[in-house]
Amino acid sequence: MKRIVAAILAILIFIVLALAFVKIPFGNINLSDYHYYNPITDKQTSDSVPQHYLVDGKKDTGSTNIVTAVVVDYRGFDTLGEVTVLFLAATGVGSIMYIFEKEKRRKVRRANAVVETASQLLFGFIVLFGAYIFVHGHLTPGGGFPGGAVIASAFLLLYLAYPRFHAEHKTLNVAESLAGLTFVIAGLLGLLISGSFLYNFLPFGVPTYLFSAGIIPVIYVAVGVKVGSELTGIVDAMMGVRE
Amino acid sequence: MIPYYYLASIALIVIGIYVVIAKKNLIKIIIGLDLMDTGVNLLLIAIGYVKGGTAPIENANYALYVDPIPQALVLTAIVIGVSVMALALSMVIGLYKNIGTLEIDELRRVKE
Amino acid sequence: MDLFTLVSLILIIAMLIAAVVAAELKDLLSAAVALGVVSLIVSILFYILQAPDVAITEASIGAGLSMAVLIFAIKHTERWEK
Repeated sequence: MKRIVAAILAILIFIVLALAFVKIPFGNINLSDYHYYNPITDKQTSDSVPQHYLVDGKKDTGSTNIVTAVVVDYRGFDTLGEVTVLFLAATGVGSIMYIFEKEKRRKVRRANAVVETASQLLFGFIVLFGAYIFVHGHLTPGGGFPGGAVIASAFLLLYLAYPRFHAEHKTLNVAESLAGLTFVIAGLLGLLISGSFLYNFLPFGVPTYLFSAGIIPVIYVAVGVKVGSELTGIVDAMMGVRE
Repeated sequence: MIPYYYLASIALIVIGIYVVIAKKNLIKIIIGLDLMDTGVNLLLIAIGYVKGGTAPIENANYALYVDPIPQALVLTAIVIGVSVMALALSMVIGLYKNIGTLEIDELRRVKE
Repeated sequence: MDLFTLVSLILIIAMLIAAVVAAELKDLLSAAVALGVVSLIVSILFYILQAPDVAITEASIGAGLSMAVLIFAIKHTERWEK
């Protein structure tokens, strides 16, 4: 009975949502067609927000990857909030799972020699690839969030291969705190130098070079280390205590 | 004619809603929430697509780029989604260790 | 029908089948694996829609970490849905 009601409700929601999307074109939009209403001057300008980011993004931020420019520079404060949400969720997982740690230790079989040797060999390369992704976030696809996730999956491989492996909690905490501190201090320095939080105060350099785009690489490295250590902490807590 | 990308992502969202309403296992409900999350992400990216455009990274051979704003939104939403899912799962594990069941009907009986 | 439409339609149908399987299976471990398949196909769709940043993130998180976290949770609790 409940399943039938749920199915009818789901079909109704599908029809309503599909009708809502009839008028929205797929792929045929022209980004300069969106008009932007400026509430300060009370005028409609012909420059839309995505068009402004695409045309002036390189000049404004020095980054060739516009997604990175939006995430770190134009909406950097938003990213600080997202990283805080991530920190709170990781802390919650750690504190809830900590209560059950002392109960009973599960016995885990050893993985076979192929898995152990291969994960030992691959671990360094995967961490290197993650670091490459977040160091080059302003030039190529990628950035702090995917790089941190790749580093966390390298640690996941070690957890699966070695039953007794545990990441050092103190090291994770120190890395996570230092990365968060770097983000906030970079923002506060911008406030001190030019009067706005997260202002891009370093010189832009030549675009497409590694040392360019001001504070964007600094912040993205900090975000990468922070996301990597937090996701590793989540994996560590969910794994539980094994023997 | 509604574009098929919109239909597919709406179908994912609706499958998630059906699972959340109809199923009685807590881990199954979390799987449904994750399906809805994926559907919303796909819908946002599909709205920002421009036919013939390329990825929003400086490229001398192309003049047309896709919309960068939905991509920037979805990039952070995915990471937040997995951490929130881990938080919900750890709460479910705590419930199971204390009460010994995952079914909503039995949990209601425990309350009385 | 061009190549974009054809590849997209094939992937979308596979994705919807995997989503229905993840919703209906009584075995939660298989449902978690089917959820990983959905995430993997969605990451290919992101790449087709010209979003490489999002595709990398979804492939490493949706198909790797979130599936692992779900499987750990199932190991701490019960495997079968009643």
